[in-house]
Amino acid sequence: MSDNKTGNSPSRRAFLRGAAAAGAGALTTSTASAQTGEPLITEVQPWAREFGDGVDAVRYGLPIEHESDVVRRNVEWLTADTVSSINFTPIHALDGTITPQGCAFERHHSGAIDLKKEDYRLMINGLVDTPLVFSYADLERFPRENHVYFCECAANTGMEWAGAQLNGAQFTHGMIHNMEYTGVPLRTLLEEAGLDTAGDLKDKWVFVEGADASSNGRSIPMEKALDDVLVAFKANGEALRKEHGYPVRLVVPGWEGNMWVKWIRRIEVTDAPVESREETSKYTDVLDNGIARKWTWAMDAKSVVTSPSPQSPITHGTGPLVISGLAWTGRGTITRVDVSKDGGKTWETARLAKEGEKMALTRFYLDTEWDGSEMMLQSRAMDDTGYIQPSKAQLREVRGLNSIYHNNCIQTWLVRSNGEAENVEVS
Amino acid sequence: MLKFPKSTVLIAASVFLSNPAFAEKLGLGRAALPEEIAAWDTDVRPDGTGLPVGSGDALIGEEIFADQCAACHGDFAEGIDNWPKLAGGADTLDHEDPLKTVGSYWPYLSTAYDYIQRSMPYGNAGTLSDDDVYSIVAYILYSNDLIDDDFVLSNETFLDVEMPNAAGFIFDDRAQAEYSQWSGDPCMENCKAEVKVTMRAMVLDVTPEETKAEETTAVVDATPEPVEEVVVEVAAFDAELAKAGEKVFKKCKSCHQIGDGAKNKSGPVLNGIFDNTAGVVDGFKYSKVMRKAGEDGLVWSETELAAFLAKPKKYMKGTKMSFAGLKKEKDQLAIVEFLKSLED
Repeated sequence: MSDNKTGNSPSRRAFLRGAAAAGAGALTTSTASAQTGEPLITEVQPWAREFGDGVDAVRYGLPIEHESDVVRRNVEWLTADTVSSINFTPIHALDGTITPQGCAFERHHSGAIDLKKEDYRLMINGLVDTPLVFSYADLERFPRENHVYFCECAANTGMEWAGAQLNGAQFTHGMIHNMEYTGVPLRTLLEEAGLDTAGDLKDKWVFVEGADASSNGRSIPMEKALDDVLVAFKANGEALRKEHGYPVRLVVPGWEGNMWVKWIRRIEVTDAPVESREETSKYTDVLDNGIARKWTWAMDAKSVVTSPSPQSPITHGTGPLVISGLAWTGRGTITRVDVSKDGGKTWETARLAKEGEKMALTRFYLDTEWDGSEMMLQSRAMDDTGYIQPSKAQLREVRGLNSIYHNNCIQTWLVRSNGEAENVEVS
Repeated sequence: MLKFPKSTVLIAASVFLSNPAFAEKLGLGRAALPEEIAAWDTDVRPDGTGLPVGSGDALIGEEIFADQCAACHGDFAEGIDNWPKLAGGADTLDHEDPLKTVGSYWPYLSTAYDYIQRSMPYGNAGTLSDDDVYSIVAYILYSNDLIDDDFVLSNETFLDVEMPNAAGFIFDDRAQAEYSQWSGDPCMENCKAEVKVTMRAMVLDVTPEETKAEETTAVVDATPEPVEEVVVEVAAFDAELAKAGEKVFKKCKSCHQIGDGAKNKSGPVLNGIFDNTAGVVDGFKYSKVMRKAGEDGLVWSETELAAFLAKPKKYMKGTKMSFAGLKKEKDQLAIVEFLKSLED
């Protein structure tokens, strides 16, 4: 991923002003004047008089047109071409924790390929007793499991290392999705091929690669491979989408998204890491002194307020306000999220919508009253290892400005008295 | 063998202990045949494991690079636009915005061979011969001043090349450097004396516009700028010239497909492009300027095509085509003639 910081347009964000202004008319609470009732109630509306669509009007439904702005978005200046690029989940407009597949971020290295189930083959080779080839139908005959996991690109929030840059939770934190996967544990498939040949498994690895032109190979230590890695073929109950690796992808819970190889075609048991392009020249984290960290696989605890946020301003004025956001950790479960309205001077503990689940998104809410004064909104996640999400200053102190990957800093939104929000950095 | 970080070993022990016995086999799948394994298992490791027998040098590599790689990576591996820069950047890793290239950053040469043989050229992956890959790797090394032009890179000399940043990596040390200091009881009150906004995203202003707003604000002059006159004879189809053009077309192949079953890649399918309106190939996402130029009536005549291909970015500011251009007029004419031969 490029860390190019050149801008593309000098104009102010017209749509943000628009969103705040439109809210005053379009989305306000219902109003009835003293004399006449609200026409929406007192007059028979077309939808209450006529038929709606019959069944089968749409054989596979998309969101209603009024939600057409809730889509993945791309930041064109980041990459040279959309076939090797990334876009962002509209987390500012979603709630709950499950990401619908249709708006879950995409990351391709040479485009999303069209691979039919009948053309799908998965090879297991290397230090195994019998190298094997599985068809898609073979995979469906192994015992399956269901798990909800988040998948976060290591570069999520990466453009914010040097300073507040992109104005929206979708752009700063949207390289993440959270789905319920159905698949076969990688352990089961490795055992089917037989691991006796590999001998002592403690210093062994698997090299996993995809069927697309980039092949995106990564080395995974055997202990992780045997622990919780899934060879998945369903997400949120249905087939994976093309852009997420149809028909089969790897799921590597809690670890950086680049390792979740899509269109997975080969798993090789090796006695050393391959040191592929994606694990040397990319996905390594350069520190201030020029030395780079490698094998930084786990995604540390992180959170973000999704609303209010720059793309989701407050449009209802003062009074009751729901502050909502997401928290996650690749090293266990989220145990607590605190929210600050004053840029980190004081904190209140938010309510978790459900108890944190292992390596899955957790939704938090702070049900509060807004008096219309300016807020510097922050959220801070804690996980069951006792880890506390750090500030940007703390991260920079250890890592400098050039790391690109694994930026899990506390995010600040400056919410103005008119309800608009902006991505800022604070002292 | 590299040592695991401590934390990984701890996970390891628990995994192995909790599952002492492996499950019964189900007898699913079939044995992988040796030729199948050979076709897919091509990875090359730092110690040279997996390298095929073969060789190449920078001089041969320069030619292949010009044909197959330079459209994105530049003639000197310096990178065009946002495409990866493969050369330069020595001693920049501890600077602001370090330039991480094969020469300045990559710890192992095997990674270059492994990646190029499998994933390059972009849009036409897996088509290079082993010797071609050795030559291209040699050229990249040469562009980084890491070998002389008479050095023959082969499976036997591969490990003789020293990578400058081989010692530039440490294993994940977050457990020691970060986790212990970022834990405990978090501060809840009076955590800071005062808070000031120190930086605002609106000032930098690089967030993409909403699509609707974009159409009204992004006013780009789509009229092609006048470029130097290119003399093109209006003549009937010249088969010889088209044949020469087919060779020149190698430069275009990594982005443009032609013929039966061609699909849009980084560039549109070029069947029937000659004498057709600009920006209308089905399913290809053009730049705004290209779309607009087509709507304003630009047709790919001999003159227009030749002028575009001479200096794409100058002819059409804002085009997505990241090709530096065909310097030689003879190449421009040849390729236009070749494009004429591609029927829709």
